[in-house]
Amino acid sequence: MRALRVVRAQLRASIATALQYRFEFAVEGALALLWMGVTLVPLIVVFGTRESVAGWTFPEMLVVLGWFVALKGILEGTLSPSLLQVIEHVRKGTLDFVLLKPADAQLLVSLSKIEPWRMIDVAGAAIILVVAFQHIGHPPAFADLLLAALLLCSAVLVLYSIAILVVSIAFVAVRVDNLLYLFQSVFDVARWPSSVFRGALAIIFTFVLPLALMTTYPSLALLGKLNLRTAVAAVAGTLLFAAVARGIWIVSIRRYTSASS
Amino acid sequence: MTRLLRLYPQLLRTGFAEAVAYRAEFLIWMFSTNMPLVMLAIWAAAARSGPVSGYSQEGFAAYYLATLLVRLMTGAWVVWEMTMEIRQGTLALRLLRPIHPLLQWSADNLAAIPMRGVVAIPVAAILLYVARSELSHDWFSWLLLFPALLGAWLLYFLVQAIIGTFALRFESAASLFDAWLGFSNILSGYLVPLDLFPRAVRSVAVVLPFRFQLSFPVELMLGRWSRGEALELLVAQWAYVLLFLGLARVAWRSGLRHYAAYGG
Repeated sequence: MRALRVVRAQLRASIATALQYRFEFAVEGALALLWMGVTLVPLIVVFGTRESVAGWTFPEMLVVLGWFVALKGILEGTLSPSLLQVIEHVRKGTLDFVLLKPADAQLLVSLSKIEPWRMIDVAGAAIILVVAFQHIGHPPAFADLLLAALLLCSAVLVLYSIAILVVSIAFVAVRVDNLLYLFQSVFDVARWPSSVFRGALAIIFTFVLPLALMTTYPSLALLGKLNLRTAVAAVAGTLLFAAVARGIWIVSIRRYTSASS
Repeated sequence: MTRLLRLYPQLLRTGFAEAVAYRAEFLIWMFSTNMPLVMLAIWAAAARSGPVSGYSQEGFAAYYLATLLVRLMTGAWVVWEMTMEIRQGTLALRLLRPIHPLLQWSADNLAAIPMRGVVAIPVAAILLYVARSELSHDWFSWLLLFPALLGAWLLYFLVQAIIGTFALRFESAASLFDAWLGFSNILSGYLVPLDLFPRAVRSVAVVLPFRFQLSFPVELMLGRWSRGEALELLVAQWAYVLLFLGLARVAWRSGLRHYAAYGG
């Protein structure tokens, strides 16, 4: 439970830091709304011409987009800024101060910088989901809701593990901040359900870079279309992936020799 | 003027050397330009059951590959460089040099184009292979493509420069550019071909400068315009270029009076 206390203290400190800049909060919040609109436009235009695309109707596709907007907000609002800071620490040699602290270093760095205005994305995503289910005509069943929540947690865990893996590379090759940007831009693919892709791409986005796991599966769960076996396999895969990422983090931190020495 | 002609090639050489020095970062940045491909995925899926308002699957492939090509070839990043140098005070060094800072930056941004070609050439090859029949058959529109690309690059650069000068007065110039990008993504045809928009949106988009930054060169490659129309559009594009050039000069001069050289 000590770990939880560390996380809570860490969260409080980073939110307090971010809230000092109130003007930035307003500007960035407005921008988040603008970009959410930009994300919606192509989908609306596509479904102006078609009833369904790759087996998905408009409201179903909205559900996927809702998950995507929420996850993008989480990724770019918490994980990326924090881990970019780690890369900065590695470059300057100040990571030593983090490692000296009497708590797990991974916990300490994971939430060290937060952009709270990205929570507007999560709120917007909630609205998108509500609108989508209004179009569908009936709310999701309670069991489906639970399953979707579970899969959302595992989606965040996968994102987090990928970010930790990228940072582990920072210990070996210092200049990797744009590797994180590259991942952020690849993540844009997750706005479509995986059945949009065919052939090799479909396999890559399901197993190699598990984007299907992040938005398609939670959406299917919410729509009551995901069978339980896939869900269990997805969660088990996530846990395995997270364990591997943690292992690589530990190995690379052990090999870390600091920039200043 | 003659001094400039002597100095500018040297600036270009320096800029090119810099781009080569940071080649790994540079390539990663270019690879993260993948939005046209993301959009191609959904439209190709939509066109599986037949063409969508005149676009077949190959039609979409041609459109979005051409879009990717134009975006790769006309990149600029001067707004971020300006905001950083203004905030850190290193702009003072640039002001001391005997060449207008905007010209120095333009050389940096232009000199990266050969490096951009390294990524752009494979894209062009794929475009030729996948969607040859969708491309323009008229040599005249390929001839116009060069001034159109230069105009598109200039527009993109000048917009960034104008917004960058706001950093001389305010703090969030980069956010302002982010907002511009949001509108530009929609209205320049980057995410959705302009002719797929409803008539009302399209009639607004055709008069705004955004389309000249991207969809105009793309449409030239796809042979959408007759020779006369293409020439008219080129003139309109360059009229916008001149307008923005004037605006950039005014914005720079009046912004510089507010500049207090932090830390300098």
